[in-house]
Amino acid sequence: MTESLVLEARNLRLSFGGVKAADDASLAVKKGEKVAIIGPNGAGKTTFVNLCTGYLVPQSGAVMFEGRDITGVAPRRIARGGIGRSFQLPQLFLDNTVIENMLLALAAREGIWQAWTPLERHPKRDEMFDLLGVIGLAEVAQRPVRELPEGMRKLIDIAMALALKPRLIFMDEPTSGVSSKEKFAIMDTLIKALKYNETTAIFVEHDMDVVSRYADKVAVWSGGRISLEGTPEQVLNDPDVRKNVIGV
Amino acid sequence: MRPEVIMGAGAALALCVATIIAPWATVMLTIALAVGLTVLGIVILLRAGQISFGHGLYYAAGAYTVAFLVNARLSLDTLVLIPLGGFVAMVIAIAFGFFAVRYRDIFFAMINLAISMVAFSLLEKLYHLTGGGDGMNVARPTLGGVRLGRVAFETWMFYTTLAVAAVSAFLVARYLASPLGKALEAIKSNETRLEYLGVSGNSALHIAYAVSAALAGMSGAIIAIVTGHVAPEFAYWVRSGEFVFISILGGSGNVVGAFAGSIVFEVIRNYAAAFAASYWQTILGLSLIAIIMFAPDGLTQLRLRRKVRP
Amino acid sequence: MFLQTVLLATLDGLSYGAQVFLVAVGLSLIFGVLRIVNVAHGSFYAIGAYVAASFGLLLAASGLSPWLSYPAMALSAVLVGVLLGGLLEVTLLRRIYGKEQVLQLLVTFAVFMIFEDLQKAIWGVSPYFVNTPLSLLGTVNILGINYSLYQLVVVPAFAVVVLLTLRYVLRSTRIGRIVTAVTDDREAAAAMGVDAAKVYLLTFMIGASLAAFGGALASGSTSLVPGMGSGMIILSFAVAATAGLGRIEGAAVAALMIGLGRSIAVYTAPEFDVLVPYLIMFVVLLIKPQGLFSVPQTRKV
Repeated sequence: MTESLVLEARNLRLSFGGVKAADDASLAVKKGEKVAIIGPNGAGKTTFVNLCTGYLVPQSGAVMFEGRDITGVAPRRIARGGIGRSFQLPQLFLDNTVIENMLLALAAREGIWQAWTPLERHPKRDEMFDLLGVIGLAEVAQRPVRELPEGMRKLIDIAMALALKPRLIFMDEPTSGVSSKEKFAIMDTLIKALKYNETTAIFVEHDMDVVSRYADKVAVWSGGRISLEGTPEQVLNDPDVRKNVIGV
Repeated sequence: MRPEVIMGAGAALALCVATIIAPWATVMLTIALAVGLTVLGIVILLRAGQISFGHGLYYAAGAYTVAFLVNARLSLDTLVLIPLGGFVAMVIAIAFGFFAVRYRDIFFAMINLAISMVAFSLLEKLYHLTGGGDGMNVARPTLGGVRLGRVAFETWMFYTTLAVAAVSAFLVARYLASPLGKALEAIKSNETRLEYLGVSGNSALHIAYAVSAALAGMSGAIIAIVTGHVAPEFAYWVRSGEFVFISILGGSGNVVGAFAGSIVFEVIRNYAAAFAASYWQTILGLSLIAIIMFAPDGLTQLRLRRKVRP
Repeated sequence: MFLQTVLLATLDGLSYGAQVFLVAVGLSLIFGVLRIVNVAHGSFYAIGAYVAASFGLLLAASGLSPWLSYPAMALSAVLVGVLLGGLLEVTLLRRIYGKEQVLQLLVTFAVFMIFEDLQKAIWGVSPYFVNTPLSLLGTVNILGINYSLYQLVVVPAFAVVVLLTLRYVLRSTRIGRIVTAVTDDREAAAAMGVDAAKVYLLTFMIGASLAAFGGALASGSTSLVPGMGSGMIILSFAVAATAGLGRIEGAAVAALMIGLGRSIAVYTAPEFDVLVPYLIMFVVLLIKPQGLFSVPQTRKV
């Protein structure tokens, strides 16, 4: 049974000085699924992502990735193992150009130790330009990230995670900071890119339009655990969820 | 990298001409170039946003390695002694690096400071081994298999040092442009992301640390050979501070800056020693503050980064 | 004989630890609030010592009661902390709070170098030794060893008083709460309307005064030489790092550990006495990378 699961979080618990950040949190995600995590503001949805990607270590419980226990493994090993991640606040190398950011991501994947070629003559430079083209950033590829607006940084952040060709990607609010006009275009592009690599995706999202349109499954994070999961219709029509999460 | 190569070659040529016009400056320039090697090492660490207040340790390691080997009458040649000095320093750095590279910023700087002070006091106290506070004299070794007179030796040491500096500068520039070097910039700007790309910031810094120590070791080895003397002060933290100072003076933007800064520093020191010996540290301190406040990119003000195309 | 050595080492260690504590706690306090490791902190120690010694000489010359040298110590500590420390904070440090840690470190290093020259210019390079405070109190005989009351009682007592006062002030007074709030969470403190500039200035003056006080106490029993500040800054950093930067009570424990460790080395392996504090620091940091009394912190992503 575990075989078909890409990610399985089992009874994760973590508390900081009496505050329960995670309290018996469990979630199972199948290969190819797109799971949206929603929940009230300030409920700590990012905590769940942090727990699954090694940034935080649960005090009890286990995180299984493709049947292997990755609890307590360092983020960089988890990343090498095939889990990518984008951040709520884009985590980029601000002083470098966009293409350098992308190539650095790639160099890591290739094993940085063999890399002696100057970054600007990297053989996969064109491939990265293509990836940037797909998400509409080819124009700014040579600009330092510092000069770009937040919306673009958000996309670069996701593109860097994708450059590693992960089998599972966590995206922390991929459409926040993006104008509501562009959000569907961006999500379409992202979903296409995910499908291409058969990447399973878990994304934290607060925009219910995006959730209902792109998620196969929705999980509600509340009180430090997944309090409810199901199809978008089931979850988004749940009276509790409507009241506490969506706010109608 | 092209403009750097031209700049470097031009500077090297200018230096050669300088020693021909003013032979009395040969030793001073040799020392400046040698110190520039340590500064180059500091510049590598600066790329990762880290400073070491303890590189005097690696500088001293190279110098004392030469002193021990020469005094052991192994008749090793200068061209063997210099890399050996770098090698010993690198080995120490690799070992100590397992501890030091776990830290960043203040801790990294101060832990390096602490280890160098340990070395300093050991060099001073283990009198029977190291000659204590007086240090050790280093007899002039052969250069390229030839035993030279003082003047010829000084001239050829200048060219040797220039060659070592040029090769090191080229290799370091290449290293800094490679993904491995770029990972250092990533440590400075966002280590969290680096980790999530699957790269260990600690490992990248460890390599940089070893490389920078090797440079400092060669630098110390050259100084020991040229000046014929080593002393515990080589590991003293004020010396380490001077290296950091020069790297800030020259700017961390490119590899030529390390040598430019070091030559300016050495020239000023030679004059300051004559005119204002008791205010030397004040001069250093005030200029350091002025640079940080008003010209944080250093003297050369040149950056490796390509110009932004609109 | 063995017992005597142990006793002597313990007493030495206590006295030395007490002195180091005063300097280290100032460094730690400043770091906790300002997030700056002040390399020039050792200079406050040295200058405090020199000023106290000068007062001592002045008292002797003017024929006033030698007992006044004790209040003179406190006075010199406050003078150095408020005038010199205040001047440094207002003119320089204030401008670099937003900069990278590394640059802050370099600026205070530059200040240290300037202060070194300043000391030499004012007090020269020959050693000062003003032992009025030491000789006033005389010695006491413990198990056949003559030990000076000054080092046995006065120095540790002052350290304890400082520790208790700091604890009280930080925990029970309004200003102390504010300082603690800034140490724990500066954003939240700023949001609560704390006037950070004032808190920074005050903290820096207090921290600098503590270092100067440590120096003033040292001046009563040791000879003052150029360079004494540089040894002390590294040592007090070792203490503060062992404890966890910013931890006040931890600094006391770490200072005692390092003081005792060092004095044991002085009696058993004198070549290595300088090494011991750093060895203790390295061992502690290997086991607890953020220091003995640190609280874990993670960056928000």
